[in-house]
Amino acid sequence: MVGQHHDEPGHGGHVISYGRYILIWFGLLALTGTTVALAGIDLGRWIIITALTIASIKSLLVLNIFMHLQFEARVFRVFVTVAALTLTIFIVLTFFDYAFY
Amino acid sequence: MVNQHNTAPAAVPDFYHVETKRHGIWAWILSTDHKRIGLLYFATMMFFFAIAVLLGFLMRLEMLAPGKTIMEPQTYNTFFTLHGIIMIFLFIIPGLPAVFGNFMMPLMIGAKDVFFPRLNLLSWWLFLSGGLTVLVSVFLPGGPADTGWTFYVPYSVRTTTNVLPALVGAFLLGFSSILTGLNFVTTIHRMRAPGMSWFKMPLFIWAIYSTAWIQILATPIIGITLVLVLVERLFGLGIFDPTLGGDPVLYQHLFWIYSHPAVYIMILPGLGVASEILPVFARRTIFGYKFIAFSSLAIAFFGSLVWAHHMFTVGMSNTGMFVFSFLTFLVSIPSAIKVFNWIATLYKGSIVLEVPMLFILSMIIQFSIGGFTGLILGALAVNIHVTDTYFVVGHFHYVMFGGTGFALFAAMHYWFPKMFGRMYAKKPAVLSWLLATIGFNMLYFPFFFLGYLGMPRRYYDYLPEYQTYHIVATVGSWILVAGLVIMVSNLLVAIRRGTRAPSNPWGGRTLEWTVASPPPLENFLADPVVTTGPYDYSEFERVITEGK
Amino acid sequence: MTTHATTAPSVSHVHRDDVGSRMGMWLFLFTELILFGGMFIVYAVYRFRHPAEFHLAAGELDVFVGTVNTIILLTSSLTVAMSITAIQGGRKHLTLALVGMTIMLAVAFLVNKYFEWGHKFEIGLYPQSPELLARPNGEILYFGLYYMMTGVHALHVLIGMVVLAVMMVSISRDTITKDSYVRLESGALYWHLVDIIWIFLFPLFYLLH
Repeated sequence: MVGQHHDEPGHGGHVISYGRYILIWFGLLALTGTTVALAGIDLGRWIIITALTIASIKSLLVLNIFMHLQFEARVFRVFVTVAALTLTIFIVLTFFDYAFY
Repeated sequence: MVNQHNTAPAAVPDFYHVETKRHGIWAWILSTDHKRIGLLYFATMMFFFAIAVLLGFLMRLEMLAPGKTIMEPQTYNTFFTLHGIIMIFLFIIPGLPAVFGNFMMPLMIGAKDVFFPRLNLLSWWLFLSGGLTVLVSVFLPGGPADTGWTFYVPYSVRTTTNVLPALVGAFLLGFSSILTGLNFVTTIHRMRAPGMSWFKMPLFIWAIYSTAWIQILATPIIGITLVLVLVERLFGLGIFDPTLGGDPVLYQHLFWIYSHPAVYIMILPGLGVASEILPVFARRTIFGYKFIAFSSLAIAFFGSLVWAHHMFTVGMSNTGMFVFSFLTFLVSIPSAIKVFNWIATLYKGSIVLEVPMLFILSMIIQFSIGGFTGLILGALAVNIHVTDTYFVVGHFHYVMFGGTGFALFAAMHYWFPKMFGRMYAKKPAVLSWLLATIGFNMLYFPFFFLGYLGMPRRYYDYLPEYQTYHIVATVGSWILVAGLVIMVSNLLVAIRRGTRAPSNPWGGRTLEWTVASPPPLENFLADPVVTTGPYDYSEFERVITEGK
Repeated sequence: MTTHATTAPSVSHVHRDDVGSRMGMWLFLFTELILFGGMFIVYAVYRFRHPAEFHLAAGELDVFVGTVNTIILLTSSLTVAMSITAIQGGRKHLTLALVGMTIMLAVAFLVNKYFEWGHKFEIGLYPQSPELLARPNGEILYFGLYYMMTGVHALHVLIGMVVLAVMMVSISRDTITKDSYVRLESGALYWHLVDIIWIFLFPLFYLLH
């Protein structure tokens, strides 16, 4: 391919240690436990926001560390933001129909 | 000024004549060369286009008179369904990106191919498979789908016609589109020639790039929606079944969340072609390069926010309707910006009325008419009156056909020498342009009157008071088809017998004109290094301003 | 535009671009995100319309099994992530073991799913069943969505397993090595997305009550 990008063996070959991964995994398990525990409490309509927030935090951990997003070029994070924003917009605009008269 | 040509010495064969591992048809249908894949798309697309044009032609014959003219009502329903499916999924959506994006984009950025050449080939195979699946549905027992290309539930779940293969075909086509989009975004990010910063890219590339993002982010929605209908037909989950709590309007939301951005997939590359052709044939740098570049991104973005303007009469909330109407008006702004910049480019230019320029001039006017009528449709009160009438049919044919279609014809005549190494005869091409423009407008302009006067769309029969308009339209369709036949014949003849084309017959300033016509297999003999913008006609402009 | 003849190497010299390869996979993941996103839109609308019935229907799901499956997938993400560290260190057998473990965990997930669905079929809760059709619309929609979304997700688990199996073959044949492992990275990325989808599916279907 023609281009100004030279061979790049990974993100400068960035290596994440096994220990770091395991730490994140413990965090994910803890968050899972939290969300299960919270489901047992009657939070009324807050349950959905809580559940989605915890799920989002878990996803961010997976995205940033397991999927190395934190260590990739910035353009990758821009892309992920655009994709997430697009889905959010689809949901929000749909609700302009369903949530109002 | 191009001061160094990448034209091949006689020893380097063009990509048609290069030694290939495989022979005959296999050297084509298993090729991963973006140029061959672009031509494969071209050939298969024109085949599908011809079928859809024939369907349209026959539909217009039927509509010459009220009541039955040449076909039964059920046949008419399947005709407009197939005409829509083929034109939209097999012609206009793949259209410019698949043919000219594939062939030209790597050349224009100084690359030797796309980033994922094998994925590119897979895209074409998916395209072919999807198209054949749709065609097969015509001949299976049960007959072709009669739901309209929009497959609205609950009818699409209950009809006994061959909705399943149509859905599967559309799904395959969507997958093809997604892979193309993914390929193009990666290519444009990673494979531009040294020196080609984002703001030195040709505007066609900005257009293809914006389009590719819509392909990636919007298409999966139609994918899952079609699967939901499929599953509903097979297993009756109830998701869209009103008797089980399902909401048919929700189907429409999901359908249009893709299908509205899809129209921007259709038009953006066409607008990009206009931005390429105008500077060359006006011998002027494009006016407002950054505005045009950003307007492509803006159209992609805003175009994703307006889908429910297809649903103003189905029972949405008032809030929803206000929001979507407002957003619809917003999306016209970046489109208008392009038109203003194009006109400014023409102003005081040295205009050369070659065939590509003629098609683009028609295109700009027709696109503008389409755009204005889109605004009319976007106004809630007026929409109640004209929705689902011929007014809508007129509107979308003006933008999709008068806009993208004519841009495609312009691109064909512009890049023909590069793709085939030959020049076509100018007079028949001009005649075809004239007939196409006259025929097109005669066919579709009456539709606005028909719609305003109350003629519903997709209706087989109509009141006698509409007949004059229908006759004018049908005669227009004959003139249009005559123009198309002349156009295609002229080009086909030229492939074989045209005079040999030089590398830069039009005086273009973008990188594809620095290589031989047709290009060698790997496009460039030496990696190009770019130092200026893509429309550098400064020497001409100096002449103009200094009054020489 | 001006171009110059350059002293750059001729175009036939093939550059490897791992960043670009990963970019392509990320873009593909976005399409998967939006694919599931469409179903999440349907879920959101119907839950908004039938909150009580969704709540009620969710009572039929076993939170314990769901939690176990969540832990299984999170662990599988861990193992496939660690496999990258392993290949970066040139540890071929450890890499194979970790990818293999990921596949085993995926199998466990699917086995659980099989029994979950099987149990529901047994108690008569499947699309168009008389038992289900007798329930209020909101519950019918809940189960329709349940089967659709966990079904499509399970299909992606299966695809992911195949992808990882192919990776294992490549690793053992040394076409994925310490110096060239972007394909394993891409395969792992796909797997992580399958995990992320479940991270959202789990609370939305199992933790409503």
